[in-house]
Amino acid sequence: MTTLAPLVREQHVLVCCGTGGVGKTTTAAVLALGAARAGRDAVVVTIDPAKRLADTLGLEALGNITHEIDRGRWDPEGRAPATGRLSALMLDSRSTFDALVNRYARGPEQAERILENRFYRNIAGALSGTQEYMAMEKLYELHEEGGHDVIVVDTPPTRHALDFLEAPARLTRLLDNRIFRFLMVPARTGVRVAGVAVQAFFRAVGRVVGTEAIEDVVAFFRAFEGMEQGFRERASSVTALLAQPTTAFVLVTSPRRDAVEEAQFFADRLRGSELTVAGLVVNRVHPDFAQGIDTEGLSDRLAFVYERANTASGESRGAAARLGRRYENLVDYASLARTERRQLDAAAARIGAAAVAHVPSLAHDIVDFAALDAVAAYVVGPGPASTLG
Amino acid sequence: VRLDQLLAASRVLIVAGKGGVGKTTVTAAIAVAAAHTGTSVLIVEVEGKSGLASTLGVEALGYDEIDVRPGVRARTLTPDQALLEYLEDRGLRRISRRLVRSGALDVVATAVPGMKDILVLGKVKQLERAQVADLIIIDAPAAGHAVTFLTSARGLLDAVRVGPVRTQAQDVMELLSDPTRCQVMLVTLPEETPVNEVVDTAFALEDRVGVSLGPVVLNAFPRDLAVVGHETSDDARAIGLTIPDQERRALDAASAFQHERSALAREQADRLSARLPLPQIRLPYLFGEIGGPEVEQLAATLTSEVEAMPGTSS
Repeated sequence: MTTLAPLVREQHVLVCCGTGGVGKTTTAAVLALGAARAGRDAVVVTIDPAKRLADTLGLEALGNITHEIDRGRWDPEGRAPATGRLSALMLDSRSTFDALVNRYARGPEQAERILENRFYRNIAGALSGTQEYMAMEKLYELHEEGGHDVIVVDTPPTRHALDFLEAPARLTRLLDNRIFRFLMVPARTGVRVAGVAVQAFFRAVGRVVGTEAIEDVVAFFRAFEGMEQGFRERASSVTALLAQPTTAFVLVTSPRRDAVEEAQFFADRLRGSELTVAGLVVNRVHPDFAQGIDTEGLSDRLAFVYERANTASGESRGAAARLGRRYENLVDYASLARTERRQLDAAAARIGAAAVAHVPSLAHDIVDFAALDAVAAYVVGPGPASTLG
Repeated sequence: VRLDQLLAASRVLIVAGKGGVGKTTVTAAIAVAAAHTGTSVLIVEVEGKSGLASTLGVEALGYDEIDVRPGVRARTLTPDQALLEYLEDRGLRRISRRLVRSGALDVVATAVPGMKDILVLGKVKQLERAQVADLIIIDAPAAGHAVTFLTSARGLLDAVRVGPVRTQAQDVMELLSDPTRCQVMLVTLPEETPVNEVVDTAFALEDRVGVSLGPVVLNAFPRDLAVVGHETSDDARAIGLTIPDQERRALDAASAFQHERSALAREQADRLSARLPLPQIRLPYLFGEIGGPEVEQLAATLTSEVEAMPGTSS
């Protein structure tokens, strides 16, 4: 097994992707911690972390602001190089979007008109895809500001975990929608310019959802006029950053079949977008207790135990039953380990990541630095990674 | 409590939980268990893509119902499908196609947040009213979206003051808040973070939607080997078995691992009981892939777990 140590030492951007429930946020935190231990200035952008992990990262009340974690907390023994720093941020989509509007508005008046619009608030607050877009926007913002050697970004737990790649384009398309551009026409040149079909269309939609909603949309598109170009350029800069050789994608998965299949699917899609998967982290891998055990002898003894459990009486019947449960348990774990290994080997070959790390299934949730360190030992190697290595 | 009685409490049963907790497996197990009691079941998959089809051993699900096994049918009901149907029902067939083609659908749905969810739930209400099955099980969206999904009606009532969509939202609110028509079964894992999250979800759903909550399913519960206090070597001697040293160490390591898991799970189950006064159904962790036989096994456990639940007191 390799580790992701080279990635945390050398790359500038690490994007963690994978389906929900596979430990993506934790992995992102672990990678940032690994980079800080290697003497780099690291920041992790988290999305909706579990509460106790958020507390550990000092994110209790901080939305969208980079916050440096006290060195004493992540490096209590002072073993990391002095240049190592660790910061964290919890993504707030809404304020990231607001900042973007402020950046591209011609003036405070245009910005205000947009920010107050109800349709805009819906986009910024709840539109699926917005969070993905804003995660990438935040990444770009941190990159542009400079200051951090490495930016690790978590991606939202969407069903299709690559939505973040398409979100900027999708939103730009929405903002560019031709039908709605027609709507802006009446304000300038008179109602008749808009086609009959378009008008009929909006009357119908208005009947269903209420005219207020349509008015909000129209007002939004009017207010937004002139800003599309800026948004489009920004979206392509973000895409360009993701394609840089200093950007690495890290796929996070678990050994469950569905998660592995999804990971393979992501890898194919990333490759389709000319992006490569540099690292693969598999969380919750089960231990192989039967490693090196003669399986034939094992099944002989299991058969004997079963036989005794059926025929023996009294004390020895109980003993046989207990042994039977122990044997079944061992056999179950052995076959689980075999299945996991087979699936993961196949996935690793297909994904073709240069660095692969397996993290064993740990009994407790990863909610403090001690636990993050334990995971880091598997992901980036044991102890403080040396910058001289 | 008998399973058929529990399920007869409402025609609609919404199964909700975070991604990765095995919600789809649980949905399948409930459906199979219900069918065994003679209840006719329709499973409605609202995300369009989950492992439900492969868990049930059928080809991909679609908008049209298919028979999955005796007494169980299944179909999808995605927001886009629901919206198209809604518009078509109102004589807006041509416009609806135009809406989809132009991408304006996204804009309209964004203008009225929660509209897609309302349309899905509105269609569920229609199925309920038409009594298409004794039990309609909704495999709710994953990834923490369940609360948004179920609170969309309330949000929409605040946002849209007139029109058919508002009426639809009102109907959906009535359905969700009527315990004789609808209940939600939450699924989680016996682990710390999932337990915390299910407690938050339960309170949010009760406060914001007023939905009736059924038992909580603790899925993938590690079995208890019940060997504590007995040495492997003593037990082996008692039945005249010689176990090689390496094998004994492996047996002990695997048992210790399992024991720790099962003790932690029980601890989390207790913590859940203390924080959330709902009956619990424990479904075992199963090694290997979940297919037909495993779903049967889970359905049997589900039935006996429900039978072991104390009778309804309130």
